[in-house]
Amino acid sequence: MNFWDYISNRHQQLLADAYQHASAVFQCMVVATLIGVLIGVLTYRSEWAGNLATLTTSSILTIPSLAMIGLLIPIVGLGVPPTVISLTLYGLLPIVRNAIVGLRGVDPSLIDAARGIGMSRAARLTKVELPLAWPPILTGIRVSTQMLMGIAAIAAYASGPGLGNEIFRGIASLGSKNALNQVLAGTLGIIILALLFDAAYVLIGRLTIPRGIRA
Amino acid sequence: MPESAPESVSASVPASATSTATATVTSDPAGPTPSSTTGATIELENLTKRYPGSPLPAVDNVSLEIKAGETVIFVGPSGGGKTTLLKMINRLIEPTSGRIRIAGEDVTDMDPVKLRRKVGYAIQSSGLFPHMTVAQNIALVPKMVGWPKGKIKARVEEMLDLVGLDPAEFRGRYPRQLSGGQQQRVGVARALAADPPVLLMDEPFGAVDPITRDHLQDELIRLQHELHKTIVFVTHDFDEAIKLGDRIVVLRERSHIAQFDTPEAILTNPVDDFVSGFVGAGAALKRLNLTRVRDVEVTDYPTVQVDDPLQTIFDKLRDAGTNELLLLDRRRRPYKWLRRGDLMRAKGSLARAGTLVHDTVTRDATLRDALEAVLTDNAGRVAVTGRRGEYEGVVDMETLMNSVHELLDADRLEAVEHQHELEELRAQQTHQEQEGDGGPAA
Repeated sequence: MNFWDYISNRHQQLLADAYQHASAVFQCMVVATLIGVLIGVLTYRSEWAGNLATLTTSSILTIPSLAMIGLLIPIVGLGVPPTVISLTLYGLLPIVRNAIVGLRGVDPSLIDAARGIGMSRAARLTKVELPLAWPPILTGIRVSTQMLMGIAAIAAYASGPGLGNEIFRGIASLGSKNALNQVLAGTLGIIILALLFDAAYVLIGRLTIPRGIRA
Repeated sequence: MPESAPESVSASVPASATSTATATVTSDPAGPTPSSTTGATIELENLTKRYPGSPLPAVDNVSLEIKAGETVIFVGPSGGGKTTLLKMINRLIEPTSGRIRIAGEDVTDMDPVKLRRKVGYAIQSSGLFPHMTVAQNIALVPKMVGWPKGKIKARVEEMLDLVGLDPAEFRGRYPRQLSGGQQQRVGVARALAADPPVLLMDEPFGAVDPITRDHLQDELIRLQHELHKTIVFVTHDFDEAIKLGDRIVVLRERSHIAQFDTPEAILTNPVDDFVSGFVGAGAALKRLNLTRVRDVEVTDYPTVQVDDPLQTIFDKLRDAGTNELLLLDRRRRPYKWLRRGDLMRAKGSLARAGTLVHDTVTRDATLRDALEAVLTDNAGRVAVTGRRGEYEGVVDMETLMNSVHELLDADRLEAVEHQHELEELRAQQTHQEQEGDGGPAA
């Protein structure tokens, strides 16, 4: 069976896997964004807290993903939980770092102006600092998403959802006639998803970054 | 006066203060804008700011009283704490000790966010938020204090008009689509949007080119003429201070007040070397900027018109007792200086005789402009014209010099009296303190 025959035979299974892959990455990204921005907001004012947050999230990133999932299995079991936890943790670093850099990079004279015209702490954050820090935060989200696309494939090791299942099945049955097709289909699927997500982010950027600060 | 301002170094009222000293926030019935709050008094009492870890205070025991509707300029060398002092008025920098009163109300302990919404604030880099349009920037404070939508929209248009920007064109623009001068105008519009009685300006024109700056200064003078806000303005440019200020506070290190007085008094009678050093060379010349032609004597001068018969002109020349006649054109505008003999040399032709009038001044021109014109025009005098350029009189070198001398003398006299009053005031205070009766408790 050549590759195209394989695709047309299994397209339903592949689409279901792709959907689950995308859905897992998307949901983890939402959670990672919320937590990441929150960490950024809480720590950017203090030199050491900001550095600690960046250091912690970057050390999480150095843990090999296979090891991370393997270590999570005895604690939270198989399937979705270890997938979600590890993806969210991996997604944090670029978001936290960019949120801190973005928030710290807001022109001090604008903060001075915001305080001077009587904005409360909360108004300053939501109306001035976060909107101005949004472009770098969005870049962080994009980088995170690309990364998670690949890492999510490993989730299949813990019986997680997604296109990783295709790849793992193929690797497990190396030598059989469909092994290469399975690995190829899973990998290409992930690449296509990543490109689609990236296109979506470009669109989101267009829609959410005000014209006044768009590059 | 001393009761109301214990410890104040500057409690006396100079004769030349321009605006009314109504202490409360009243609406101005004569104001051209429908909703305008006029200025409020600002009193600073023994304000001190200490930063942890530095032995000397950044601002050391400053007391200052600013009258309602007055433009007061803080001027001094960089790092002298003028911005710190300004930021203590809206408590962007919290004082370590001392009191701040605005319109008589003690605001030292009120919620700083509420305080700042009642005090306009404009800064050097304009401080406009780049992600908001011009209209959104201006609407910020009215929105925060809860104005209804329709009123905010109308107010944005009104403010843009006020600062000389066409609402239809600029409303939807982003700050980066504006020139530096336009940004600064929007910054002022935003500061004034919620109609605060007090406007604080921190070197607002420091970052624009000299021509634009000059223009913005003129605009501010015009605005203040309409609005009568209390304006506190920080600059390191003494010429700017003279141009804009009703009174000037010269600050030395740690915000010590070196002198707080009218521009005239500071120019003619700087209290010490520090102030005179800051005033710089040419104080007498700078003084000329503060007086207008209408304040000096405009004398009459023999004139003839181009349509007059030659005989009349000859007669006038002979009778005038001067060497020259001013020839006016048909609309009575100064046209030529005619000297004795000019007509003879030109063989009786008015078209060829005499020298053209280079420069004229109006009664609104400063004495400096007049002097400039006298010096460039070889007649040694300058023609003063009315609104449509018609001849009204002349100012000559002698008048100019006499007026300047009189002005300087008057200034000196006033300054001496002022000094005297201050000393009396201080003596009175010392007396009160010694009696253990320091006036009404703050």
